[in-house]
Amino acid sequence: MRKVILLVSLLLLLSGATLFAQSSGTAQQPVIDSGNTAWLIVATALVMLMTIPGLAFFYGGLVRRKNVLSVLMQCFIITAVVSLQWFIVGYSLAFGSSSGGLAPFIGGLKWAFMNGIGINDPSPYFISQATARVPHLVFALFQCMFAVITPALIIGAFAERMKFGGFLLFTILWATFVYDPVAHWVWSADGWLVKLGALDFAGGTVVHMNSGIAALVAAIVLGKRKDYANHPTPPHNIPFVVLGAALLWFGWFGFNAGSGLAADGLAGSAFLATHIATCAAVVSWVIMDWIFNGKPTVLGAATGAVAGLVAITPASGFVTIGGAIATGLVVSVICWIMVSFVKQKSGYDDALDAFGVHGVGGIWGALATGLFASPVIQSAASGVFYGNGKQILAQLAAIGATLVWSFVVTFILLKITQAVVGIKVTGSEEDIGLDLTQHDEKAYTVIE
Amino acid sequence: MKYIIAIIQPQCLAQVQDELYKAEVNLITVSEVLGHGRQKGTTEVYRGYKEARNLLRKIKLEIAVNEEFVEPTLAAITRGAKTGQTGDGKIFVLDLKECLRIRTEERGSIAIG
Repeated sequence: MRKVILLVSLLLLLSGATLFAQSSGTAQQPVIDSGNTAWLIVATALVMLMTIPGLAFFYGGLVRRKNVLSVLMQCFIITAVVSLQWFIVGYSLAFGSSSGGLAPFIGGLKWAFMNGIGINDPSPYFISQATARVPHLVFALFQCMFAVITPALIIGAFAERMKFGGFLLFTILWATFVYDPVAHWVWSADGWLVKLGALDFAGGTVVHMNSGIAALVAAIVLGKRKDYANHPTPPHNIPFVVLGAALLWFGWFGFNAGSGLAADGLAGSAFLATHIATCAAVVSWVIMDWIFNGKPTVLGAATGAVAGLVAITPASGFVTIGGAIATGLVVSVICWIMVSFVKQKSGYDDALDAFGVHGVGGIWGALATGLFASPVIQSAASGVFYGNGKQILAQLAAIGATLVWSFVVTFILLKITQAVVGIKVTGSEEDIGLDLTQHDEKAYTVIE
Repeated sequence: MKYIIAIIQPQCLAQVQDELYKAEVNLITVSEVLGHGRQKGTTEVYRGYKEARNLLRKIKLEIAVNEEFVEPTLAAITRGAKTGQTGDGKIFVLDLKECLRIRTEERGSIAIG
């Protein structure tokens, strides 16, 4: 019996890098490891920092003064609302199991309200350490922060013109019908993309491509801002943007290095890959700016950093330092071109480049994972440059599936929201600004 | 009574204030404004978009003076603000119809100070 169990576990580990596996069947009982748990608790807090204040200020500084509070409010309220949705149904839908034909596509409601999960239950999910687990609740909390930041990224597309009520309704629907299913496909034990062998360490598909495509759809469905003349409006507070980017970088260490669910060598490797790819991306973007705009800009450096962080996300637990640097250098070139040329020629108003940086950066990251994944990091995961040409096909399947689902369902949800409460503010509300019209608040007093 | 509006370079403000106090013109209102005359603006770049002919930072001075102080004020401002380069600014002299000191409710030349 023992041999069969060991063989099954080995097969599970070797079958094209399943990222997660059920605990039942291993020879040793999993226990809660305090080192891994301590790290994951900290990582959870780091990922929350990415949404507020990180993304809040990154985006907040990019909009005009009259709209900064609307961005801060959207990030803040998403943290609250999506966290609630997560613990009520979201976690169960994303990571739970269901039975029947839909099992590979969506979890059930078995774990709604964290039903059946005791505080000392070990997490059923692990990466490198099968028996030294974190508490199930801590795992759910960690994932909660991912579920929170993903819809927050879409804010960049509809900034400065979305109605608050419509934004709330859309966000709750999107979390339930887009995020939870895609998370299930890529990360749950039954997920069909896992079984296909797609590699995504920390969420290139689930978080960045998902929200990136949704951003593109939102930008098109909502239409342009009233005074958008095919070029960006000057950021009202670039120091905020830099502050936000630095907080994002800091928090991203939790996002990537925490996705190993353990405090060990793999976490260290993911941390290194994350850091060095981002550094390469910063340099790459600054060089692009210097060559094509004549001067290196700090806005470019901050944007390059975010692009690098996005691209390394799926690859962080699979690549060596060389793969990480390559990923970072290339993403800035692609995203720079996207943001400076393609967007302006195409005419859609992705106000804060949510698609241009997160969507496109995420797509490159997924491809880079397929190219550079090295068995030196995780033995079961090899990319094209290490002899596994087929990996790129699995990556393309994951990219394609995520893009199509996100595109179609986001469109439907926007149309539903439009019909029920409306999604765009009026022209004069846009002129006055969202802070006053949606929230009756002014960010900065003029006198006193 | 005349109302003098002067647009000057921001870096000249301290010098202009010194010259005005030397000329015994002690009352002044200062504001930060944006603008340009024939001076070319600087370019600014945001995410690949270059914004040219940008509005430049300037300082606006507003001073109400009695007739005998008009020429000394113009001279003082010019001494403090002239660098010889494009962008030095302009001074406008307007007729002032009435002036009232709020504290004492005096009117006319006495109110100007």
